Amino acid sequence: MTNYFTISPDFSPDHLSGWYIFNTWLQKITNEPIRLVFYDNFELQREAIENDCIDLIYANPFDAAMLVRHKGFKPLVKPDGYSDEAIIAVHTSSKYKQIIDLQPGSSIATTDDPDIFMMGLILMEPAELDKSNVELIACENYILVAKQLIQGSANAGIFFAEAYDDLSNMVKKQLRILVRSQIDIIHHSLMIGPKLLEKHRLFQEALLEMAGNEKGKAVLESLGFDRWQIVNEEEMEFMIDLMDTLSS
Amino acid sequence: MLKDMNPDDVVGDYEKSVLTLHGNIRRTVFYTEQEIPYPEGKLIVSRTDLTGVITHVNSSFVEMSGYTKDELIGAPHSILRHPAMPSAAFKDLWDTIRNQCKWQGYVKNLRKDGAYYWVKAVVIPNIRNGEVVGYTSVRRKPSRKKIEQSIDLYSTLE
Repeated sequence: MTNYFTISPDFSPDHLSGWYIFNTWLQKITNEPIRLVFYDNFELQREAIENDCIDLIYANPFDAAMLVRHKGFKPLVKPDGYSDEAIIAVHTSSKYKQIIDLQPGSSIATTDDPDIFMMGLILMEPAELDKSNVELIACENYILVAKQLIQGSANAGIFFAEAYDDLSNMVKKQLRILVRSQIDIIHHSLMIGPKLLEKHRLFQEALLEMAGNEKGKAVLESLGFDRWQIVNEEEMEFMIDLMDTLSS
Repeated sequence: MLKDMNPDDVVGDYEKSVLTLHGNIRRTVFYTEQEIPYPEGKLIVSRTDLTGVITHVNSSFVEMSGYTKDELIGAPHSILRHPAMPSAAFKDLWDTIRNQCKWQGYVKNLRKDGAYYWVKAVVIPNIRNGEVVGYTSVRRKPSRKKIEQSIDLYSTLE
């Protein structure tokens, strides 16, 4: 029976082909039929998870609680040395020099990326800003967030730090970072669902061994990762607890 | 066991206070008027066991507290208790988390060097297989307005 694998919709478009290559490698190494499916946004992906249509997921940390505590998923691995961080940036000519300069009523460009949006709100708390007193400008991706700042349509933008760093120099030259999070412990993870749980060990060992051979290393490179690092259940529970505290 | 603060560790002019902490522990502390700004973009994270003894701290916790990791692990979380904090706030914290609910509030923490820093703290019970096995506390940067409101409120509480 086919298994369904999906990727958090906030993945970098540069790695789209990499995920297909990874899926092919994964099928070969585990001898399991796996179909890679993409969802345009988090809402559609959550609907698929809710309907038990997903067996394997590279998950946004925001969805970890639902996956682990309600859907019986278990963590496998995370990219080594990688964490989700957020940036609040403004146009270079902006009068805002630090976060506390932002005022209620500010227009904030953002995406639907749930963990980054949450971190962005936390970074704006010292300015007494929250969802109720800012004007949120929804953008489909981080390039469009940058565009809102450059065009002067938004006072500030919330970025996934990795996406910000990947913006072209021409774009970055027109932006200024007010604050970059250094949270370190929130990360995407590859997780396995109830249908494949009896193969948890097989998947985990294969993933951990990837960096040790040429073929696996090439596949990892196509994803932009050096190696996978194990995520045990307690580590995942800790991250879920942490996300819970941040949603307050 | 929580040792009294050592005046030799304190930087600048200080005052002395004797605190009665959770579990009837008495501790002599020394504190100054020096405020340390909360570091931008960081979270201060710790975990405790069911009695409030620290089992995990992140690097921001170590950096802001002024203690070493070795001094913190195994110590009661009240090692950070500042005399300006009313007992009522911590009673409310303990009552809330023992009911398996999330607590949040603004806390003035005391550093090893006698200085202080304000945080917005959120504490939750760690529930594993239906049992509470400890607590996680995450602190972030509060707004100055919330700090001022907390100072006013805490001055009215015991």
